[in-house]
Amino acid sequence: MRKIHSDIIRDTVEKLCIEANYRLPHDVRYAIESCRDCEDCAAAKGILDDIIRNYEIADSENMPICQDTGMACVFLEIGQDVHIVGEALYDAVNEGVRRGYDKGYLRKSVVADPVLRGNTGDNTPAMIYTEIVPGENIKITVGPKGFGSENMSAIRMFKPSAGLQGIKDFIIETVENAGPNPCPPMVVGVGIGGTFDKAALLAKKALMREIGTSNPNPFYAELEKEMLAKINTLGIGPQGFGGKTTAIGLNIETLPTHIAGMPCAININCHVTRHKTEVI
Amino acid sequence: MEKKITLPLTKKLAKTLKAGDRVLLTGTIYTSRDAGHKRMCEALARGEKLPFDPTDATIYYVGPTPAKPGQVIGSAGPTTSGRMDAYAPTMMKVGARGMIGKGARLPEVIEAMKEHSGVYFGAIGGAGALLSKCIKSAKLIAYEDLGAEALRELYVEDMPLTVIIDSEGNNLYESGRREYLQGK
Repeated sequence: MRKIHSDIIRDTVEKLCIEANYRLPHDVRYAIESCRDCEDCAAAKGILDDIIRNYEIADSENMPICQDTGMACVFLEIGQDVHIVGEALYDAVNEGVRRGYDKGYLRKSVVADPVLRGNTGDNTPAMIYTEIVPGENIKITVGPKGFGSENMSAIRMFKPSAGLQGIKDFIIETVENAGPNPCPPMVVGVGIGGTFDKAALLAKKALMREIGTSNPNPFYAELEKEMLAKINTLGIGPQGFGGKTTAIGLNIETLPTHIAGMPCAININCHVTRHKTEVI
Repeated sequence: MEKKITLPLTKKLAKTLKAGDRVLLTGTIYTSRDAGHKRMCEALARGEKLPFDPTDATIYYVGPTPAKPGQVIGSAGPTTSGRMDAYAPTMMKVGARGMIGKGARLPEVIEAMKEHSGVYFGAIGGAGALLSKCIKSAKLIAYEDLGAEALRELYVEDMPLTVIIDSEGNNLYESGRREYLQGK
């Protein structure tokens, strides 16, 4: 049994909130820069150049890449041999978010009630996803999630008879519906299987996986490639002004499901797909 | 390649702008997004005045990050304009003409644009650090309690924008994609 103090969790979350918002991860940069080189529309290439210039400025001047510094999605993989001492775990995470968004001059974008609204003023509460895993470490991932793209996400409970074609059509339909709204080029996270809620969680987790990595199952790895290529024939292009680069990545995550169903969730992200991880 | 334009956005100036034009915009603009628009439209419904003169005004749909010490403003890229569709025709009715944002607009907004010679400009979504560089001053003018959604008056110089929908209703989201696919 290893003891980890909640202060360490709090301080790590604080740091990850700032880092994630200032510095675009290398996998996303690589994907954008590769797409820029393959783009066959001059105007679209110019937009991708500006997008690259933007994250370079953010990096060198320590400022947020995008003004929507998101809801703080915090993924915790807690080793079952860890004993957390000090404050309650979720209080520590929220205090880390509070401090990170304050010290990092990040935007406070959370309202206290979905209908009655009212900004909480400190970007809490975080959306916390907890998993218990073997081991004696805690893996913390902070993925600030902007809502221009979140709003274009979709979920559908398919009949099994819809089959693979149903999933493929739904992916294309969702990207088409999103169009210029989620700041393309976008990243597409697809969750298939599980239950209604688990499918959505899988889609969110798919967005946390590095772009350029493949699903370990060759069937889904092939589907990822096929659907990304198909999306990039739609012509929506960067910002929706026309071009090849509509998406820079597409990740699929799956779970077993019920004999009667085939849930599929699609979580859309923008080109500012942020995630930063630390293991303590 | 780029047209330099200086605000205010008069009807005459608006009519010279065509969908697909790349412009460098200089002048005073006002920031507002969801909660600010709701309040402004409620104020108009009560017969009250707006916190700024809407005549020929341009509104930037943005909620910036807080300025660090020594900065004019933090990151300041556009938010999704569609959420302001419920309010945009009312704003145009009282004189506002320019809108800066990103994403699709409803047909009724485009109709109002044709009626009032409105222009919808796109700024690059997600390029908040880059766009902050052309904002030379920022002043809070109303609704401070809304935080990032408060109303601000900005002075911008050579703000890089693209005309997405012009005063005749031509739409770059349709034509840009069509022309790209036809050219293939």
